[in-house]
Amino acid sequence: MRAVLGAIGLMLALATPISAFEIEEDTRFPAIGGSEHALLSVLSTTDTDVLRPVILAFQARNPGITLRYTVANSQQVYSAIADEGAVYDLMISSAMDLQMKIANDGLARPLHSSATDSLPEWARWQDLLFAFAQEPVVLIVALSALGGTSPPRTRRELTQLLRDHPENFAGRIGTYDPEKSGAGYLFVTQDARLSDTFWRLAEVMGGLDPKLYDSSAPMIADLKAGRLVLAYNVLGSYAAPRIAQAEGLAMVELEDHTLTLLRTALVPRSATAPELGALFLDFLLGAEGRSLIAREAGLPPIDAAALAAKPHLRPIRLDAGLLVYLDAMKRRAFLEEWQAALIQP
Amino acid sequence: MRDNGALSLRERLMLQLLVLAAVLAVALFVAVRTVAGSAAEETLDGVLGAATIAVADELRGGEEGVSVDLPHEAFSILGSISEDRIFYRIAVDGATITGYDDLPLPEAARSPAELSTPIFYTTQYRDTEVRVAVMQRVVLAGRLSTAVTVLVAQTRAGQAEIAARVANQAAGIGLGVFALAAVLSILTAGSVLRPINRLAEAVGRRGPSDLRSVDHPSPAELRPLVDALNGFIARLRAGLMRTETFIAEAAHHIRTPLATVRARAETALRKAETEEARETLRAVIRAVEESARSASQLLDHATVVYRSDRPERESVDLARLVAGLAQNFQPVAGLKDVEIHTEGVTAPVEVVGDRLLIEAALRNMLDNAVKYSSPDSEIALVLSRKGDEACVEVADRGRGLSGGAQPDLTRRFARGANVGDVVGSGLGLTIVEEVAAAHGGRFELAERKGGGTCALFWVPLG
Repeated sequence: MRAVLGAIGLMLALATPISAFEIEEDTRFPAIGGSEHALLSVLSTTDTDVLRPVILAFQARNPGITLRYTVANSQQVYSAIADEGAVYDLMISSAMDLQMKIANDGLARPLHSSATDSLPEWARWQDLLFAFAQEPVVLIVALSALGGTSPPRTRRELTQLLRDHPENFAGRIGTYDPEKSGAGYLFVTQDARLSDTFWRLAEVMGGLDPKLYDSSAPMIADLKAGRLVLAYNVLGSYAAPRIAQAEGLAMVELEDHTLTLLRTALVPRSATAPELGALFLDFLLGAEGRSLIAREAGLPPIDAAALAAKPHLRPIRLDAGLLVYLDAMKRRAFLEEWQAALIQP
Repeated sequence: MRDNGALSLRERLMLQLLVLAAVLAVALFVAVRTVAGSAAEETLDGVLGAATIAVADELRGGEEGVSVDLPHEAFSILGSISEDRIFYRIAVDGATITGYDDLPLPEAARSPAELSTPIFYTTQYRDTEVRVAVMQRVVLAGRLSTAVTVLVAQTRAGQAEIAARVANQAAGIGLGVFALAAVLSILTAGSVLRPINRLAEAVGRRGPSDLRSVDHPSPAELRPLVDALNGFIARLRAGLMRTETFIAEAAHHIRTPLATVRARAETALRKAETEEARETLRAVIRAVEESARSASQLLDHATVVYRSDRPERESVDLARLVAGLAQNFQPVAGLKDVEIHTEGVTAPVEVVGDRLLIEAALRNMLDNAVKYSSPDSEIALVLSRKGDEACVEVADRGRGLSGGAQPDLTRRFARGANVGDVVGSGLGLTIVEEVAAAHGGRFELAERKGGGTCALFWVPLG
């Protein structure tokens, strides 16, 4: 009996060798021109719909390439490459720390092209990891909860607002649960690193019984439904099109600092068609790709001038410092402190 | 230059300087590379060590065991100083608390005292070479003193890149030094050898009979050579002078008694009674005459050799000289019924030179012509201007050159192949040639049309 079960388990494992991690979407874009010459597999945390126009334009430029686009959450994307030996030619993720660990641990291929070399220093790490979008992490607040004042411009003003009008906000503040969301963990650790006022804000929010979310979608939904009046640390590029119709919601880039997430890509060392992965990356970083990312995908492409125009935008530093927060001991200690601040009995 | 198998001084000097420059350039390359390479390693080790200490400072003890709060800045700075990957491991007794648990510990056991500051070693990790800093801190964990080992490792792509860049720069510097040294060695060789070259040129430029001493300015090192050369020249000149003086003296001392002998023989001839005795006396007189002529040619030659070093520069009228000589030779020629025709001596022809020497030359030419003329013939003595030269032509109806080349005939004591029956010293034509050369002119011998010899003496017009 045990042997039979074992055999079935083995057969299942063989039948689905790369779906050991949880796949959310798996889309096949057949090659333009009909005849399939090459297959490019992309593993990504970015929704298929967001990048679809970019993918179609890439295929129009490069006939004969069939593109398989697999979407999973950032932790799953990481472990697919790092632990499970999944074979992909390009890996796209918004989890900078996990991407950094892949590159640091020697699982990425070095790349050189005119497109990668022209990236600003802060938008790449060595010749391994390259950013193609810079996305501010914003605050969304319902104007009705402000008590007639203008939206807060800094964390200090936000803290003051929460203190002054606790009745408006109690039980109606939403943010990521850093224990469950990789992005949420990255945002709070960077907040803690960049500002001293963050812990005070966390204490005040903790006193107002905040709701913690695993992902963005339900948080935005609750905002639109009026169940939340304030969402802290939301990806602006994700939220903006979704709250465009909703009235009475303001998106705020806090002026003391606004974290700016870099969406990064790398070609895994295990890639079977690394040249196709590099080709797609070059397309993302090239002029046509950049304009498509901005216009069709709604993501701000890498642009040093845009950053210079908004000095409060702080790109999260793409360097070995990110590894520190992935350390199990550091993570445990940080989360303990965070919970002590935010989850008050 | 290399006929005798030896390198020239210039080649020798340049070769040695270039070898020296090459050795220096290579030494410089090696030195720069080594120093810069170890400096780069020290710098990177320093940062790696500082990061390790920063991590060790965050080690905490406590009831629940050892914990560490990894410092973000330490890693961030470590990553920014060079584009390298970073690994770390924190272990107690070989058991990893956190980090990369396969990062190798140092092979040799270290004492706690040694490990109180970072120790560095290089090892293989994940298919690449990494530099590891290791140190130990003791913390109180669960009331027990626990030694915690901290390892921070970094790949060394950055150092290799620095080393490659430095090597390129060092090679550039080495090549630059070599090129500069090569140029300088060429200049140095040239400047060192210039006085020698100048001296050699100055000595080489001298005419064959220039026996003045060398007073060319020369460096101290060449002084002994120049002094020796001057001593040699002085001895040579003195020797030559002595020889010529001796010849002149000898000729003079021979000529005087010969004149006496001749006078006595002529007296005896007049008083002789038998035809036989008269014939004998005439032979004696002829022999004495030839001897006197030879003696006077030796004297002429000595004068020419002596004077042609420093010939007088005076205006000489060739027309008068030629006319005078023709008159002088008339009696001697008359003895053989030879007539001397002169041409071109009505107007003066001025040249600049030594009257005595020119006269000696022309006398010898005329003497030869008379001597080799057949009896009852004529000699043409023609003075003319040709271009910027004056030409004295002496043409006889003698036996000709019979194919003998001029250089053979103008050598000292050399005589033609067809003159065995005529008395002569072989000095005459030598004198003519030497005088012509001393005046910047030339001397030519040619067959005369219709038989005989034509001698041409050229001197530049004054």
